Order: sequence, then structure tokens, then C-alpha cells
Amino acid sequence: MLAPEKEQFSSYRVFTAIFIRDLTVYFRYRGSWINPLFFILVVITLFSLGFGADSQALRVYSPSIIWVTALLAVLLSLDSLFKTDFDDGSLEQLILSSQSLYLSVLAKILAHWFVSGLPIVLATPLISLMLGVSFEVLPEMALGLLLGTGILSFIGAIGASLTVSLASGGLLLSLLSMPLYVPVMIFGAHYLQDAIAGWPLMPSLSMLIGLLLAALVLSPLAIMAGLKLSVEA
Amino acid sequence: MLSSSIDPINNQLSAVTGLELNNISCEKAYRQLFSGVSASLSSGQGLHVAGSNGSGKTTLLKIIAGLSSDYHGSISWRCGDDTHPFIDKSDLLYLGHLTGVKSLLSPLENLTWWASLCLPAYPLGSEEISHALQQIGLSSELDTPCHFLSAGQQRRVALARLLLSQQRVWILDEPFTALDHSGIGQIEDCIKRHQSAGGIVIMTSHQAVNNSELFHLDLADYQQGPVSC
Repeated sequence: MLAPEKEQFSSYRVFTAIFIRDLTVYFRYRGSWINPLFFILVVITLFSLGFGADSQALRVYSPSIIWVTALLAVLLSLDSLFKTDFDDGSLEQLILSSQSLYLSVLAKILAHWFVSGLPIVLATPLISLMLGVSFEVLPEMALGLLLGTGILSFIGAIGASLTVSLASGGLLLSLLSMPLYVPVMIFGAHYLQDAIAGWPLMPSLSMLIGLLLAALVLSPLAIMAGLKLSVEA
Repeated sequence: MLSSSIDPINNQLSAVTGLELNNISCEKAYRQLFSGVSASLSSGQGLHVAGSNGSGKTTLLKIIAGLSSDYHGSISWRCGDDTHPFIDKSDLLYLGHLTGVKSLLSPLENLTWWASLCLPAYPLGSEEISHALQQIGLSSELDTPCHFLSAGQQRRVALARLLLSQQRVWILDEPFTALDHSGIGQIEDCIKRHQSAGGIVIMTSHQAVNNSELFHLDLADYQQGPVSC
């Protein structure tokens, strides 16, 4: 009866080992978490400057602006998700490990989301201030981005796993991920619009939660296949 | 459910007892790299794959490790009386041309990560890990980020895995690259100890290896001209 417990323990141990190691690497290389945050703040600043004194128009378009910039920020950061591991051979060790690659992939994406998606969620007060969005919808905006950046990370990681062996796969990664990003974009922006207008939130919120759960369960399968293909090439 | 190939109590190697390569051929970019490679290894033996640059040594090692499925022929691993087309991954230590050492992490962090990934049945303490690093000659660099280390020292970080290994099959791609004479001697001894404990070693190297249990396989003998198509 001891054996199954031990096995569970070791899966948990591997998951935390990969998660902590990736976070350590990200924090030692500060660009990895400053870049997405910096990108989103700069783009939103440019938008508010571009709209000028027309604060009404800015308020109307703010849901789309927030979601487009968040989407692009996540997309830009995804290029590096598996790249360093591919370049130094850690990816081969991950694939040849007797531990479940599914869990390893989950740990890597979660660690990556901590430095790419989470800073965007934490910056929502600043973003809403810059775009003139009412502070009353701040919880809804943060929740939407929390779910949304998670979905974007999982889906984008499929593209990242397929393009990791290419010297400059950034453009291909965008082309692969964009069609899959469309539903997230639609429901995410819709959710924020509904919140601002004071309409019922459940339809778009449940779609976002559903998308996140589906991406959480299914995308690692595609990512595993993509990584094996990239290492073989 | 604990991996059947390792007996954690007696610290003994079990399971894989042999390897058969039958008529392995590989073709890349319309060029036949090698064809008809056959070999048979059993416990305590090893294979030294030699050949000029571009002859397909790394490709052959990747095929044996299961990282590449782009080949013809068959591989079978003997485990007692059974044979399997794939190796139980907990029994395989693969050290590729790329070593899997992260340059932003220290040798200690690198090896701890590898141990929790590849030796999950042995929760190793940091003492065992730092002891292995000291043995390989990195006692004063335990906490130095690896990008400050020389190429040979980084290679040693990866090779410290051999000292902790519980895997029965070692696949080593150019393990001696960038090592000095004493380092090469140390790894040769390590390989001999592994073989005398019943392990199997498959390696490539451009230099002669002094080991009677290591069969020499020169890929130049298995080359045929370009494929006509």
C-alpha cells in the first residue's frame, strides 16, 4: 500500500521541482517578467495619448484595447517558454524522464504564467486609471484578465512547442496562435463590456471558465506531441 | 507501482539485461547516414560508436535512446526473459551533446533539479548532491552560477550525474569534450565501475577509450553512397 503514495509524492516533487526551477531562472533573468508588463503599459499609454482629449471614446474602446494589448503581451513572451530548455538540452532530459511529461508541461506553463500573465492582472488598477475605466469594475476586469491570460498561455504554448526548434519562429508562432486566440479575445472583451454596461455577466464568464478548463486539460497533450516532434527534428 | 526496475532497498540495478540492434538504417536529407547497423550487448558490456563528423553518431544514440523514431530496423531491450521495443525511462541516463545544464543556475541547483526529475525513487539530500559535485572537482563552485564556469567545468556539472546515477543504461554523447586528462580518467573509471556493476554503456568519442568491455563500432563501415531518388 505504500507504493502508490510514494508515486504520488514523486509526481508532486517533480512538479514543484520544475516550477521552482523555472521561477528561479525567470527571476534571475529579469527581462522575462518586466518585458510583458512594460509592453502593456507602453501600448496603453500610447493609446491614451492617441485618443487625446476624447476621453469618452477611450472609455468605449477600452475593453478591446486592454484585451488586444494583453493578448499581444502574452504572445510576445511565449517565444521564450521552451526556447532556453531546447537550447541547453533540458528539454531532452524532460522528455526522457520517467516522470509524466504532462505534469512537467503544466508546471512550466504555470511558472511562465506567474511571470507573464500575473503581472498584467496585478497591473489592472494602473491600466484602468490610464484608460479612465471606472474603479467599480476593477474586480471584474482583474478576474477576466486572470482567466484570459491563463487561456492565452496554454493555447500559445502549443504554438511555442511547435516552433521551438526554429531559429526565428516568432512570426509563425503568432500565425499559429492567432486563430485560436479569437474566441478568447471575443469573450474576454465582451465580459468587460458587459461589466462596464452593468449587464448580466454569467454568459461570457462561464465561457471564459469553460475555455480555461478545456485549455488546461487538453493543451498539454498537444504540447507534449509538439515538443517530441521538435526534439526529434 | 514504484518503478519496477529499481530496487531502492538494496540499491541494486535490475531489469534491463541486454540490448539488440537489428539492421538499423537511417536516412537524412536524402543521404543514407548508415545502414545495417546490428549489435548485441548484455550486462556489463558497452558500445563505443566511432566515425567521422557527420557520420550519424549522435543520430544513432538518439535512436537508441528513443528520442528519434526516424529509422528502419528494430531495437529490443532484454529485461530478464522479456524483450521490449522501448526502454523503461527510469533505467536510462542520456547525456546528449547538449548537457541540460542551465547557465543561470548553480551546479548544486542544476544537479538537484536533475535528481528530482530522473531519480524520483531516491529523494536525495543536498549532501549527497554536493558530495558528487566535490568528487568531480567542483567543490569551490557549488553555488556559482554556471555561466561563470568554464566549458570543462560545465561539462563536469553534467557528468556529476554519473556519480549519482541509478539507471542501468548510460547513453553518453561525447562525454570527454572539453575535459582535461584527469577528468577523462575519472569518467573512464566511472564507466568501468558502472559496467562491473552490470550496467550497459553506449557512448561516442573521438579518442581511443581504454576499456576491454567496450565494443568498437565504426559507422564508416556502414556507410553507403547517396540514395538515388
